[in-house]
Amino acid sequence: MTEHLPAIQVMIPIVGSLLIMLIRNNTLNWLIGVLSCLSVVFCSITLYSKVAISGAISYAMGGWEPPVGIEYRIDELNALFIVMISLASCIIILYAKNSLNNEIRANKISVFYSMYLLCLAGLIGILSTGDAFNAFVFLEISSLATYIMISIGQDKRALVAAYQYLIMGTIGATLYVIGVGLIFVITGSLNLVDIASRINDIELMRPLYASLAFITVGIALKIALFPLHAWLPNAYAYSPSVGTAFLASTATKVAIYLLLKYLYLVFGYNIIYSNPLFMIVIIALSLAAMFGASIIAIFQSNIKKLFAYSSVAQIGYITLGLGIANYNGLIGSTVHIINHSIIKAAIFLAIGCVVYKTKETSIKKLAGLGRTMPLIATCLTISSISLIGVPGTVGFISKWYLVLGAIEQGWWLVVISLAISSLLALIYVGRVIELIWFHEPEKNIIVIKEKLPKEMVIITIILTLATIYFGIDIRLTADLAKVAVENVLLAGDIL
Amino acid sequence: MRLDLLIRISAKIFIPFIMVFAFYVQFHGDYGPGGGFQAGVIFAASIILYTIIFGSKKAQKDFPAIVFHSMIPIGVIIFSGTGLLSVFNGYNFLDYDALSHYPKHGQHIGIIAIEIGVFVTVIGAMVSIFYAFVSRGSK
Repeated sequence: MTEHLPAIQVMIPIVGSLLIMLIRNNTLNWLIGVLSCLSVVFCSITLYSKVAISGAISYAMGGWEPPVGIEYRIDELNALFIVMISLASCIIILYAKNSLNNEIRANKISVFYSMYLLCLAGLIGILSTGDAFNAFVFLEISSLATYIMISIGQDKRALVAAYQYLIMGTIGATLYVIGVGLIFVITGSLNLVDIASRINDIELMRPLYASLAFITVGIALKIALFPLHAWLPNAYAYSPSVGTAFLASTATKVAIYLLLKYLYLVFGYNIIYSNPLFMIVIIALSLAAMFGASIIAIFQSNIKKLFAYSSVAQIGYITLGLGIANYNGLIGSTVHIINHSIIKAAIFLAIGCVVYKTKETSIKKLAGLGRTMPLIATCLTISSISLIGVPGTVGFISKWYLVLGAIEQGWWLVVISLAISSLLALIYVGRVIELIWFHEPEKNIIVIKEKLPKEMVIITIILTLATIYFGIDIRLTADLAKVAVENVLLAGDIL
Repeated sequence: MRLDLLIRISAKIFIPFIMVFAFYVQFHGDYGPGGGFQAGVIFAASIILYTIIFGSKKAQKDFPAIVFHSMIPIGVIIFSGTGLLSVFNGYNFLDYDALSHYPKHGQHIGIIAIEIGVFVTVIGAMVSIFYAFVSRGSK
């Protein structure tokens, strides 16, 4: 059976989400969700160990051999991300039960679980597929599920946020398909490996550049790369806390992987560097994200929006690594995808605990949280600090590699910008920490009197400890990322 | 509201034929133009016609919305179940060769099975969307 794992790990969440839609019993559905996520984790770890031993695995859907049929291709890089995504979704769904019961209407909970699993299936599909058009299909599956997850949020503005994301996401997907169509016309293939092997023989460069531009912009909309990030803050702010944590730690990361794959494995160095302007634009936008979004984050009054803007800024770090494009830069990107996913899951789950008790996301209401909810306040503080990149936390590891990469390239301006934008992060995080620890709590801020459910607290603490643990022991993050970058991204122009 | 005789009678004549035509398109799909999606849309059109003529209340009594809501996942389960059946028989996902002793028959059965899945899901989705629109504001 293990040779079928690439297909099975996509199918488990799909079947799970269908069963949830049929059963519609909230507790049972949570159990189905947890079981599906656990089995996906099991599958993905088995698959990673298999890939680590024997190299990339190719799986022909329906028995149609690639390049004609749809191919699922698992290598060290996407196997690593699949493990990350499945672990994140598993941890978050374990947390979800009481948080959702508290935050959204009872008749919407089944729908939420169903969409959660469907989104997970779509994300794993994007990661594992080796077919350009199949990637689009999974992109749509995960996006449609995401729109619904956002619109379920209690706030009326959730609907507007979901609609905004719907429009932006659809435009992004359209641009992506136009790009894929152009590639198909030029190369006559939709299989990414096949495209990569044919693309260097193309003599007509203009349509190739056009498709590169369309695909990059299309995916950049999904990534929420500055200045295409307008949908992200509202989407994060008004969806249920569990949804926010899930989106922040998985959805944008998968889109970044897709961009990584197109730039380095499909188009290859020769094409993306044949016009130096392309990388300059990516780096400029990344720097703009790091500064612009951080500065906007400083002035936010909603805690979820603050960290949403910080997500936009952190995405800038990841794409900066793509732009630096040497060994350390790419490791920095890959590690930061993983690390930022851990940090943001920890932060948004801690905020979920706060929302559970106070029903408030306004930043002023956080005042004195250190006295009313000391444990959660500590978790929020530690995970926010690792967002800045303090040594001993995960944020430091990824920024270290990015700085190394930039120094190797001799880009001192970028190194300085990295330092300055970390200072900006210090300002917006500092504002939160100051409110939490050095202000008197408002009266009657706690709406729900009973204690926080145990699993919510425990999972928040585990994730917070993970932000410290992976900041010290990098065997599971940076070392695996190194293997992935060496074996996949730097293995030559062709896969 | 009194129903117009002409419309009512002609709808009653048309609806069964529309449904039969949907099945024709469904099962003709692997030899000619057609298939699960088109058939599903045509079948859903017959129910939509019924709703337009007889009103959404009567239609939702005769064809309850919950049936169509559950048809959406059931169709996808039929589709993915076909795929998983191949896996359990030791073939790749959705490899229809697994479904019969002769690969050619297997392909035939597989196509029909997944097209039925598509048919069921499309009916469910189309009618659910229509019901969601017509019952807006009535609650």
